[in-house]
Amino acid sequence: MVWSMSESDEGKHEIEIRIHSRGGQGGVTAAKMLAVAASLEGKYSTAFSIYGAERRGSPTASFTRISNREIRKYSQIRKPDCVIVMDPTIASVVDVTEGLKPGGKLLINVGNNSMDLERFRDYEVYAVDATRVSLRFDLKVAGIPVLNVPMVGAAAKLGIISLDSAKQAILKVLGGGSVVISLARYAGTTALDGTESLPSTLRKNLMAAELAYKETKRLNGSG
Amino acid sequence: MRGMQEEEVFVTGNEAVARAVKLAKPNVIAAYPITPQTEIVEVLARYVESGELKSEYIHVESEHSAMAACIGAASMGARVFTATSSHGFLYMCEMIFWASIARLPIVMANVNRALGPGWNIWADLKDAMSHRDAGWIQFYTASVQEAYDTTLMAFRIAEDRRVMLPTMVNLEGFVLSHVMQPLRLVNEAEYDKFLPPVRIPHALNFERPHTLGTLISPEHNYLVQYDHNRCMRAADDVIAEVEREFERMSGRRYGAVMKYRCDDAETLVIAMGTLAKEAEVACDSLREKGEKIGVLRLRQLRPFPKAFLEEVKRLTAERFIIIDRAYSSGYGGILAEEVKAKLYDLGLKKEVKSIIAGLGGQDVPHEALEKMFMDKRGGEVWFGV
Amino acid sequence: MARAFNTVVVSMVEVLGKEEHEGMEAVRGEGKVVKWLAEIPADEYVLKGNSACAGCTAMIALRYALKASRATGRKTLLLVGACCMVVCEGVYPNTAYNVPTLDTAFACTASMASGVEAALKSFGRRDVNVIAFAGDGGTVDIGIQALSGAVERGHNFLYVCYDNEAYCNTGMQRSGATPLCARTTTTPGGKREKKKDVPRIMAAHGIPYVATACPSYPMDLYEKFKRAFSIEGPKYIHILTPCPVSWRFPTSKGVEMGKLAVRTGMWTLYEVEHGVFRLSPPSRRVVLRGDVVPVEKYLRAQGRFNGITDEEVERIQKMVYQELEWFKEAAARRKLW
Repeated sequence: MVWSMSESDEGKHEIEIRIHSRGGQGGVTAAKMLAVAASLEGKYSTAFSIYGAERRGSPTASFTRISNREIRKYSQIRKPDCVIVMDPTIASVVDVTEGLKPGGKLLINVGNNSMDLERFRDYEVYAVDATRVSLRFDLKVAGIPVLNVPMVGAAAKLGIISLDSAKQAILKVLGGGSVVISLARYAGTTALDGTESLPSTLRKNLMAAELAYKETKRLNGSG
Repeated sequence: MRGMQEEEVFVTGNEAVARAVKLAKPNVIAAYPITPQTEIVEVLARYVESGELKSEYIHVESEHSAMAACIGAASMGARVFTATSSHGFLYMCEMIFWASIARLPIVMANVNRALGPGWNIWADLKDAMSHRDAGWIQFYTASVQEAYDTTLMAFRIAEDRRVMLPTMVNLEGFVLSHVMQPLRLVNEAEYDKFLPPVRIPHALNFERPHTLGTLISPEHNYLVQYDHNRCMRAADDVIAEVEREFERMSGRRYGAVMKYRCDDAETLVIAMGTLAKEAEVACDSLREKGEKIGVLRLRQLRPFPKAFLEEVKRLTAERFIIIDRAYSSGYGGILAEEVKAKLYDLGLKKEVKSIIAGLGGQDVPHEALEKMFMDKRGGEVWFGV
Repeated sequence: MARAFNTVVVSMVEVLGKEEHEGMEAVRGEGKVVKWLAEIPADEYVLKGNSACAGCTAMIALRYALKASRATGRKTLLLVGACCMVVCEGVYPNTAYNVPTLDTAFACTASMASGVEAALKSFGRRDVNVIAFAGDGGTVDIGIQALSGAVERGHNFLYVCYDNEAYCNTGMQRSGATPLCARTTTTPGGKREKKKDVPRIMAAHGIPYVATACPSYPMDLYEKFKRAFSIEGPKYIHILTPCPVSWRFPTSKGVEMGKLAVRTGMWTLYEVEHGVFRLSPPSRRVVLRGDVVPVEKYLRAQGRFNGITDEEVERIQKMVYQELEWFKEAAARRKLW
């Protein structure tokens, strides 16, 4: 089910997404994957990050805007429609719901923490243990579990993008070379039984995205 | 007529510039890294390393040397490219003026960044705008696609026999250099037709030796400067010509000024770069509330375009709001002062409000712009103060 | 003070290992080493909460420079070029450096230092150690004109170049100090040129003190700062500071990497004092006794040499041997400039 944007939505044409991660975890890549996925669905999208003197490991944020028309906003996203928290430890040091619209969507990698999610009851909360999914497929870079791929798969559960687009985007971004979005679809299918010809790491990434999607659970609804 | 089906990729503003340079195939690239331009020089280094781009890449040890090396190469007739930002721009300042007076068609991408001290790596237009007197053609872009397209056109404009002037493509640091957007690529064969081989008439040669840059006395110096201005003004028409041809090739239209909902506007917002785009969002919101407001984006700062004067004469808006991302201390917003001077030339009296916003990367949301537009007080307003 | 001393001793011995310890003793005589360790002030002039990366070896160099300066009893005036050490200060309104600090533009750390020194002179002040701290980019490339000018004029200051062999602060673009075959973002296939040797250029300027150092040998490093502050005129210390982020090795291995650099002969520790060349103990075994670890061990331990071919390794090994020959002759000749 794809989240639809329409003129009647109080003139809102856009979805604004904020992604919380730690430096080095690939938050910008997650933002890019979401934007590319939306692009493949014919939407206009942009992705960017907060650029400052951050270091590896410190909390940072990346952003994706998705729209039906050319995106002309270059300012920071202060009132996101959707927040994605890639690292379980961030929610305790950063106010991840700052500016999140009431009833907005919140996707959290809960890890194996028993996180207190009660404080997020004003929002539509989705939870997944993306860390476990990543480790299950042994997806690591420099010893750190890759979190962006499962989280992008999980994001499809929120209806921002379809799972197929998410997987296509993951393939394009991880596949090396230019991220070409005009070639409408990856030549094959992303259904797993059609991907035997892909290198095994790419296949594992797709499987991680799909598993994360399956395991993402909506915890509550707002009103 | 559109060229072949164009490939579309998803890249940053910086990468878009590098891709355009790759199509232009400069003989020599001489560049020094500086945040937030670094991705441009890194991507170009990759292209050269892989052989995709056959340019001589000089890893200069400073920006002054970067421009000096470009001048040296162009003086031999080569097509050259460099890129810089803020302090790097200032460091090559002597040679920026030199390149212009030397009438060399050097193309440079400048990623606009604030000046220190107080190191600030974020968007601010002071670097390039404070050098509008240097005699370079200056463009200010507002999207990844535009950064790419403008760089492609820059080589053609700079090398035009009637122009022969260095050309600068500006893109704001981080907000544009680092944002990822869809980019429609131009077909290489089409571009090769669009950009003829470089020919610099006064380049040094061995058949008829001459000297570049010898002493020149008061009897002659002013003639060089007069000629420079003559060609800079002629460039205005050449640029329009090139933009029309680019539209035929790509389907994308550009002009010295880009209008948004201006024709029946009572209030006209004049701005440059990404702030002009953000202003369009504010404009749409205000239109819904019944305000007759439009945005005139100035894309070309030098030569100061006739098109701007024509539009201002034609449009009926009585209230002008000018947004500046660069300020001349003790004087005024740089764009605001330029516009006011031109209004005088045109004999027009408008109510002018000057908004100073976005300095040093200050985030300027459209909601804030909306408020400032609605505030009927005139004069000068500093966002955040 | 006693507690600090004990901690220092334990960590020093761990860090140095037995051989360096013996080497130091050979120079200074038994018993003096322990006394000397106690001299290192425990006070820190770089405050906690600074923005250095985990495992930053350059920070060790800065901290020791400031400690050594304090130990002279004089004041410290620090200039910092455009480099990692500026970012480490933190962001306005905070600074992590507890000494008066002037941040300089990229090309002119040495000329700003010249101005500072001249001002102090004009005030008649002789109680300030002027220390200019810059990265390799700001020294070897864009800063070399200012540096050459400043030392030629004979200003009384210490210039410290901490060398992580690239423009690491801005994402690891190559500098003149990048070694042969190193992969950087602007030399994706490996740098084709050799490392520019600025310490010897400085020695050829005829200045009273030049030294090379490495934070992996903290006592040697501290000694050199101390010696520099005891000399009037321009002083230059060039410190190899392995960067885990850019060189791509685990953040805990910074000290180890520096030792490998010295033990393979990729980096040689020495001093040139009034033109007299003097090898430092950790490099004596490498240069004089031929106790050289194969350079491959050093290269393969870093991600920035990924893709290096066996031929390239061989070429670098040959280069190292040639360098070691030069240092051997220099050690024998002693008076060089």
